[in-house]
Amino acid sequence: MAKEKELQQKQPMPPLGAWVPAVALGWLIPGGGHFLLKRNGRGALLLAAVTGMFLFGIMMQGAMFQPQNGDLLTTLINTGGFLGNLCSGILYILSVGFGYSQVDLAGHVHDYGTKFLVTAGLLNVLAMVDAYEIAAGRKD
Amino acid sequence: MPKVNLSHFEAAVLFAIFTSVVMGVVTKRTDRDRLHYGLYTFGCFLLALFGLGWLMYFGHG
Repeated sequence: MAKEKELQQKQPMPPLGAWVPAVALGWLIPGGGHFLLKRNGRGALLLAAVTGMFLFGIMMQGAMFQPQNGDLLTTLINTGGFLGNLCSGILYILSVGFGYSQVDLAGHVHDYGTKFLVTAGLLNVLAMVDAYEIAAGRKD
Repeated sequence: MPKVNLSHFEAAVLFAIFTSVVMGVVTKRTDRDRLHYGLYTFGCFLLALFGLGWLMYFGHG
């Protein structure tokens, strides 16, 4: 176990050309990196899960975060939430482009919706890391 | 876009399903392990959901 970790740490950084297209496409289209790397089944599952999470967030009228300055907690929550939203790639771009703008409302459904929207982005980050590992040859 | 109105339970189960799929896909190296891990993660989510639900029920008095 320790040897395996040591071995992983010693692996050189793969060339940018090997992984940047997969990671960039993975950001733009959830599962896109996997499709590019011919892992179609896994790509389809990731696409369905991330898109499903995001669409349910929209249908629950979740709020999108905007970066805000203020006290530390406000800055952390809003900037972190904004980055999470941004990680959904084209889903975020399209929803904002088509004018989706929901103010933060009281109620558990809207609250879940806001969390769904951020979590969709965070799940896409996991998918991007997986695409990186496949492109770098560290994983099948 | 249609609006949905889910209960706490429905929303949490939906969250668990989507998250478990991604966790299963990205974590393991074989399809069999991925399926097992996805189901395991989903089970853990449900266990936490029911456990915390009962905890809040009894804590509320």
